[in-house]
Amino acid sequence: MIIRLRNLFAVVMLSSVFSLLSAGLFVTLDAVDVAFTEAAVGAGITTVLFLGALALTGRLEKPVHGRQYIPLVIMIGLTIMLIYGTMDMPAFGDANAPAHQYVMPEYITGTEAQIGIPNVVSAILASYRGFDTLGETGVIFTAGVGVILLLRVGMPSRKRRKSDDPE
Amino acid sequence: MRHHIILRIAAQLLIPPILLFALYVQFHGDFGPGGGFQAGVIFAAGLVLYGLVYGVAEIHRVAPTHVAMKMMAIGLLIYIGVGFAGLGLGGKYLDYNVLLHDPMAGQHLGIFLVELGVGITVASTMLVIYQCFSEHQSRDLADDEW
Repeated sequence: MIIRLRNLFAVVMLSSVFSLLSAGLFVTLDAVDVAFTEAAVGAGITTVLFLGALALTGRLEKPVHGRQYIPLVIMIGLTIMLIYGTMDMPAFGDANAPAHQYVMPEYITGTEAQIGIPNVVSAILASYRGFDTLGETGVIFTAGVGVILLLRVGMPSRKRRKSDDPE
Repeated sequence: MRHHIILRIAAQLLIPPILLFALYVQFHGDFGPGGGFQAGVIFAAGLVLYGLVYGVAEIHRVAPTHVAMKMMAIGLLIYIGVGFAGLGLGGKYLDYNVLLHDPMAGQHLGIFLVELGVGITVASTMLVIYQCFSEHQSRDLADDEW
């Protein structure tokens, strides 16, 4: 068992493996859409971006001097709070859970009658909650613009750099 | 990673099915699991794998950043445009029922177009983020440097 690692390359690889395993977990929970996303984003693209960041910075975590008790206390407190929070959760698959009440039965029965496609998830995402998805697409677009502004602006373009080389 | 012949051959075998599967997830999303977001990230993952194995210059040749940057906006504009189309045809914003004469067919068309917009934006955004990170590397790292 690994508890501490200072080699960040190994840390990135382990988190990628963890993502892949949780993708398998989502499949067993019948959430195939989420499993797709987790496998492609969590295990795939995020890992590559982490590696890119490591290549730009350093591959070893800076050594920490002395014992750090405050973070330990915060972590233990947070863990206890989170576990306490799960006590009130409805049982897995409980039909009376709040998530399955309110508008949910309407979506499930309405998808066939109003939209006419078999996939309820797609119907909810694209049609019933189209505004939500529009906002999410906007968030992704904004994230891309943010990265472009941070990493690309002010950088000489590829073409110009190549023509500069012989000089 | 050009000298890793096993990696290169494996990538050659894997990338076409990955891209094909992304298109399947995109256009079959109404019937099976999946949709625009999943298709977009799978497509981007295929292209990122290509970039990893064949190098930064090659991924810039296949999918130039300036094109991907335009695609980011085009996807979002398709989504917004579908919303305004509903508005123009006498419905509410993002109301697909009015897109065609039959409300059900309108819903089909609306969901198809919206998912297409999401897929284009997600795939190109992921690709652009990857390219932004990778083009900062001045040289390829040797294997033992990791």
